[in-house]
Amino acid sequence: MTKRRPNYLAGVGVTLWLFVVALPLYVMLGAGVQSRADYGASGPLGFPDHFTLSNYVDSFSNGFGRYFVNTLIVTASVVAIVVLLVPPLAFAIVRNRGRSTSGVFRLFLLGLAIPAQAVIVPMFYVISEAGLYDNLIGVILPTAAFCMPVCVLILTGTMRDITDDLFEAMAIDGADARRVFFKLVVPLSKSGLSTVVVFAALQAWNGFLFPLVLTQSEETKVITLGLYNFQTQYGVDIPGLLAAVVLSTVPVLLVYLFARRALVQGLMGVGGK
Amino acid sequence: MASPSKDGRPGIGWALPAVVFFALFAVVPLVLVAVLSFTTWSGLGSPEFAGFDNWVTLFHDPVMIKSLWLSVLLTALGVVVQTPLSILLGVWAAGPQRNRAVLSAVFFVPLLLSATAVSVLWRALLEPNFGIPSQATWLFGDGNLLGDRTGAIAVLVLVSTWQFTPLHALIYQGAARAIPAVLYQAAEIDGAGRVRQFFHITLPQLRNAIITSVILMVVGGLTTFDTVLILTQGGPGTDTTITAYYMYQKAFKGFEFGAGAAIALLLVVVATAVSLVVVRVSGYDKMAGTKEGM
Repeated sequence: MTKRRPNYLAGVGVTLWLFVVALPLYVMLGAGVQSRADYGASGPLGFPDHFTLSNYVDSFSNGFGRYFVNTLIVTASVVAIVVLLVPPLAFAIVRNRGRSTSGVFRLFLLGLAIPAQAVIVPMFYVISEAGLYDNLIGVILPTAAFCMPVCVLILTGTMRDITDDLFEAMAIDGADARRVFFKLVVPLSKSGLSTVVVFAALQAWNGFLFPLVLTQSEETKVITLGLYNFQTQYGVDIPGLLAAVVLSTVPVLLVYLFARRALVQGLMGVGGK
Repeated sequence: MASPSKDGRPGIGWALPAVVFFALFAVVPLVLVAVLSFTTWSGLGSPEFAGFDNWVTLFHDPVMIKSLWLSVLLTALGVVVQTPLSILLGVWAAGPQRNRAVLSAVFFVPLLLSATAVSVLWRALLEPNFGIPSQATWLFGDGNLLGDRTGAIAVLVLVSTWQFTPLHALIYQGAARAIPAVLYQAAEIDGAGRVRQFFHITLPQLRNAIITSVILMVVGGLTTFDTVLILTQGGPGTDTTITAYYMYQKAFKGFEFGAGAAIALLLVVVATAVSLVVVRVSGYDKMAGTKEGM
């Protein structure tokens, strides 16, 4: 590239946007470590003078520990279901010669267009009939199903990139489908798989609608629901609320710090392709 | 039938578990939503067949009609506000500036929060007595932004912009990186300035990215729910009762599950139709490449 003069206009615009993004985050972090009295006195933009972790301690005594455990259970189960079901499916879509697999692929593409809101009423009916209302399993199953279309899209994309020569070489060695899957497809789909894991985990961790409608008791509450309840009960305890918001995001932030690439691709989901 | 796996190709059986699971929890409910929309069901006992009752009631329900308009309005505002912002941010992030990586990392944070967390955060920020508006009464009047119609709608658009602009900026960043540098070099030689390059090269090359991003915004906008539930509860009055939220109210607060199912079905139809229209109008389905003349 030729040397260019700096783009001052872009610099100003970006700085403005930085302000818009960072201000709420600053208030969130600052308010969470102040007592309510201090926050009331210094206002949202004031700098926290007396640092305290009492809001975080209170969150845990308000049941956040349990919400964390429940959310972890949901997240791990959703990831497990997706990882068990989607890779074999993607393998079949990419490598099966029959005509039915393209129909299967189209079914999942159609699934991309189904919003969770559209099925929440019948889901409530089905889950109630199955006796899974107010049970974490009742949240896990639909959450996993609704992650699948994007995961199928990501994984078929990855598997299509595996060259034919490699498959042919394995076929000449007389490898059966199972061997091809475990020795060739899985090792070469690692990047796609990690994207899928992150995407499914995020969906499950941040999921709100299914838990809201399909659970009710304290024992089955997940984090997002805990936040929502906290908001309706203690709406004026802003430092407490914001500490809870920070807590609910800590695991995701950690993943962001240590596995940024996978996380960004996971968030992109459909948009990435 | 699929051939036996002598050639290392998987049989259709490999797809079955996933297909059955997905059908049970996504396809069957979609069929059921259509069935339920012709029934009356209070959540207890069994649904009773009711013919077109729900539909007739809905189309005579002023709140329902208003909710559709509100959904369209909020979605359109979202597209109009977010698209220019995210194109500019994305194109900027694809460029060679210093500090880009650090800034991009910060810009990305809102996307990590759940919609629930974002709504709770903004509600706290906008709290009339202790929030940001209370610090700038010259700008916000009494500071109760969520208390009037314009304020509430503006807040909803602002919050979704704050959260989702990074996602769309990412889409544009990826697309902008894929634009061949040779186009810009040719423009430099022709003496086209930065602004002209943006309008004559960058924007046309981003066409497919724009379509993808707009479709995502439309579907996302029409199904906005968490933010409305937490920030406005559809209020003041029914001024932010958008269709998705009205569905939830009808079904899970009013125990009219049949009516809720009808609204849900309507939502699917509208969302799909709008996506199809966007695809049609743009000629995206003809897969017109952006590589013409290369």
